[in-house]
Amino acid sequence: MISYVLPEFLVMRDENRCIQCQVCVRQCANDVHYLDEKDGKVKADDAKCVNCQRCVTFCPTHALTIIPNPQEFKANANWTKKAITEVQKQAESGAVILTSMGNPQEYPIYWDKIVLNASQVTNPSIDPLREPMELKTYLGRKPDKLEFDEKGRLITKLTPQLVLNVPIMFSAMSFGSISLNACESLARAATELGIYYNTGEGGLHSSLYRYGKNTIAQVASGRFGVHANYLNAGAALEIKIGQGAKPGIGGHLPGEKVGAEVSATRMIPEGSDAISPAPHHDIYSIEDLRQLIYALKEATNYTKPVSVKIAAVHNVAAIASGIARAGADIIAIDGFRGGTGAAPLRIRDNVGIPIEMAIAAVDTRLKEEGIRHQVSVVAAGSIRNSADIIKAIALGADAVYIATSALIAIGCHMCQKCNTGKCNWGIATQDPQLVKRLNPNIGARRLVNLVTAWEHEIKEMLGGMGINSIESLRGNREMLRGVGLTQKELDILGIKAAGE
Amino acid sequence: MLREKYERVPSGCAVSGILDRSGRRFSGNDIIQSIALMRERSNGLGGGFAAYGIYPEYRDHYAFHMFYDDEQAREISERFLNEHFNIAEAGPIPTKKVSWIINEPMIWRYFVLPKEEKLTSSGLLSDEFVAQCVINLNKRIDGAFVVSSGKNMGAFKGVGYPEDIGEFYQLYNYEGYMWTAHGRFPTNTPGWWGGAHPFTLLDLSVVHNGELSSYGTNRRYLNEFGYECTMQTDTEVAAYLLDLFTRRQGMPLEIACKIMAPPMWDEIERMPDDERTLYTALRTVYGKALMNGPFSIIAAFNSGMVALNDRIKLRPLVAAEKGNVLYVSSEESAIIEICPKPDKIWTPRGGEPVIGMLEEVKA
Amino acid sequence: MKRVYALEEYCVGCRLCEINCIVAHSQSKDIIWAFKVEEPRPLPGILVEEARPISFGLQCRHCDDAVCIKSCITGAMHRDERDTVVCDTDKCVGCWTCIMACPYGAIKANENDGKVVSKCDLCPDLSQPACVSHCPNEALIYVDRG
Repeated sequence: MISYVLPEFLVMRDENRCIQCQVCVRQCANDVHYLDEKDGKVKADDAKCVNCQRCVTFCPTHALTIIPNPQEFKANANWTKKAITEVQKQAESGAVILTSMGNPQEYPIYWDKIVLNASQVTNPSIDPLREPMELKTYLGRKPDKLEFDEKGRLITKLTPQLVLNVPIMFSAMSFGSISLNACESLARAATELGIYYNTGEGGLHSSLYRYGKNTIAQVASGRFGVHANYLNAGAALEIKIGQGAKPGIGGHLPGEKVGAEVSATRMIPEGSDAISPAPHHDIYSIEDLRQLIYALKEATNYTKPVSVKIAAVHNVAAIASGIARAGADIIAIDGFRGGTGAAPLRIRDNVGIPIEMAIAAVDTRLKEEGIRHQVSVVAAGSIRNSADIIKAIALGADAVYIATSALIAIGCHMCQKCNTGKCNWGIATQDPQLVKRLNPNIGARRLVNLVTAWEHEIKEMLGGMGINSIESLRGNREMLRGVGLTQKELDILGIKAAGE
Repeated sequence: MLREKYERVPSGCAVSGILDRSGRRFSGNDIIQSIALMRERSNGLGGGFAAYGIYPEYRDHYAFHMFYDDEQAREISERFLNEHFNIAEAGPIPTKKVSWIINEPMIWRYFVLPKEEKLTSSGLLSDEFVAQCVINLNKRIDGAFVVSSGKNMGAFKGVGYPEDIGEFYQLYNYEGYMWTAHGRFPTNTPGWWGGAHPFTLLDLSVVHNGELSSYGTNRRYLNEFGYECTMQTDTEVAAYLLDLFTRRQGMPLEIACKIMAPPMWDEIERMPDDERTLYTALRTVYGKALMNGPFSIIAAFNSGMVALNDRIKLRPLVAAEKGNVLYVSSEESAIIEICPKPDKIWTPRGGEPVIGMLEEVKA
Repeated sequence: MKRVYALEEYCVGCRLCEINCIVAHSQSKDIIWAFKVEEPRPLPGILVEEARPISFGLQCRHCDDAVCIKSCITGAMHRDERDTVVCDTDKCVGCWTCIMACPYGAIKANENDGKVVSKCDLCPDLSQPACVSHCPNEALIYVDRG
């Protein structure tokens, strides 16, 4: 059967620059580039190209450019190239279209429709180069009030908290979906930065236990790699109910990525698909969640805060309230642009709501119920830069999770082919030849650089607002104004329009 | 343009306060003279005073000072007051015509006690009952505003320079053991009588110079505990935070101040263990109550007063003592004006509260 | 002395070290010029040994007790003032004894002229060898391990 699917990209090679060195041939795991023995020239099979740009980046003479295939169908606003191609693919495969990374569709990005305030005259801006600027953040359950004895001494003992030097954490990415070198890059960067990384649902490789102080160990519906040592290895635990990229379904690790190390860590046979159940089969309701939260607290002797991560869906505010009341110390909310290592395309592109709306709704709901101060809220799902972080915190988040931006920092070029296991950047792969392409020394350094750069920017913006401590930004929607938003959107975000 | 109550207005200001710890009462002359010296810090769009110990004959009654826009607001409010309280005495607060003071509302005063049956059915303590009534009055009755509602104290405020306001209310005819004053420099409002300082809740009064950059955060935090910030002012936030911590949560005043203007994290890290635990807990639990941005406030209550600066001292605050008398003010000159030779005069550090308590309370 | 060491676990087998060694030893020092125009093109002093997934860049170890120097019949192979083992191409007669003696296989015959050997000279004109500077994954390091 001939494939009707056209190549998505064309490989443009500038023959004036190509020196036939074959670096591209050796770097492409998709076998796009090859040496034609007959004329000794390097050529390309465009159809295999995923536009990951490994060859473009490595070509020592900059002879390569990848362009979208300009071939178009007859113009049709409804039957777009994408729509037609997807039908063709499914007619050939008979299968669900699998993809990865976050929802790329043209939904509004509310971050870009929100602007920040700065001090002028009536209130001095603060210069972070010359004055203290505090970003330290404590995540965990807080009591309504502290109790003091008659001599004014503190009686209340706080439950365990996560202490962050910067309100940024690396979001859950499992060993299996990403390589051990990627995991190690995250773990080392988190340690150096004084923040946390999240193991994702794939257990913890034995070599990473030493980063436990900066680790959040995740427990998901598949319980992969979960055992007593694992639960006690980190600084906190996280129950993964849902993920922004694929609300309503469980994690999916294709068998191609389950090699010996992943198999041992996840405690599953080599080569088997690791497909987590859609729900936790011991959680069919909120009271069941409470049991799991407390089971984990019991298992760790109440030494670790427990986070519950959910995908942002329509009723997210009420669900978050239930989670808070079920005893979670931290609620992580993952918006519909959150990334993934593998997800059905229809689900990724159509399910869930924007994180901006979700955070605003959750913060307001918890506030109205008088319980917002008791729990921490973490926003996830496409935090692209430090301004997104400032806006997320002003909308009500305590901290953010970043994953896609962290991967981009260590080499990801957003080709959305994680599910194939052929990541040319050594990130979303288990092929030893590819894994070694990510040197964790470089990975950790790039991550530290990124977060440090964002830290500087956050301080600058905070100072501009006349704030010298991040907690005074939390839920401070006075610092935000909307541009080009409807009244309804402004109301949900709880912000005024610019000029108001 | 929205009236001030409906829009947040940044403002600069002057503050001053005098407390005689022995409880000796003295007239409003000193405080007027002190605040008048700082005329440059105000712009004629707001001035006010809080006076304590001025109603000894009604020391156990709640003294309601009210502003009414019109007769109708007064009728509705009095119906409300009659419904909830036994009124011992009611009448307009005496004022004197001062040429600079215009557009004054109707200004009334009531000495009241909660009706026993209302109190019982509410299940509240009488202070909380009164506080709820004040919040309801301010929120529900258009054109009515509760200026103050504490026992043996009262707030006197309006649109104008503070010395003219003092003259208007003839404060030299009152005697109190503690006075605070405020001269206002709002930036974009024609001025509203209710918006002048002090802001009060029960016997707590707050005068404030500054602009909180944490307003949105503080307001949402207070909201969780049932406080609705209807006035859109930073002063209201400061007052409610103090009320929450000291009255409702029963916290020592010093601790409340350390929540509102806490030490820096690196300072906390250098503290001895006990202190570090305390301050870490305070900042962890009460982070959203940190008042960020410039402020100097004087909060007064029946038993004393506290003056507090923001933690990096972005607004001026000076304190002095002579004998039993504690002075606090935006400027040293405003103290020297009325107390030329204090025993001690100092500039408190950012976040270091200056607390003065009546001696009878200490003992 | 400082030597180039290969970190096998990070070598991605791209051979950019070889390519940049050639450029560094070309007349023009320009990659396109060196590969497309210059004749003869220099041979690389580093060679990537590869049996996937294992690979690493191999070049002269500049041995303390260098057998290539001992075995050289003309004294062309010698240790210079930087302690680097180098070949004086004027003295070399192309006997290739050094090639047979080198335990690492790090010396190659220069097929361009049939006699002079080609080997790593640690890039005397650069702050660090070109292979190290251009390794994209820090799989080559230039350090003194004693």
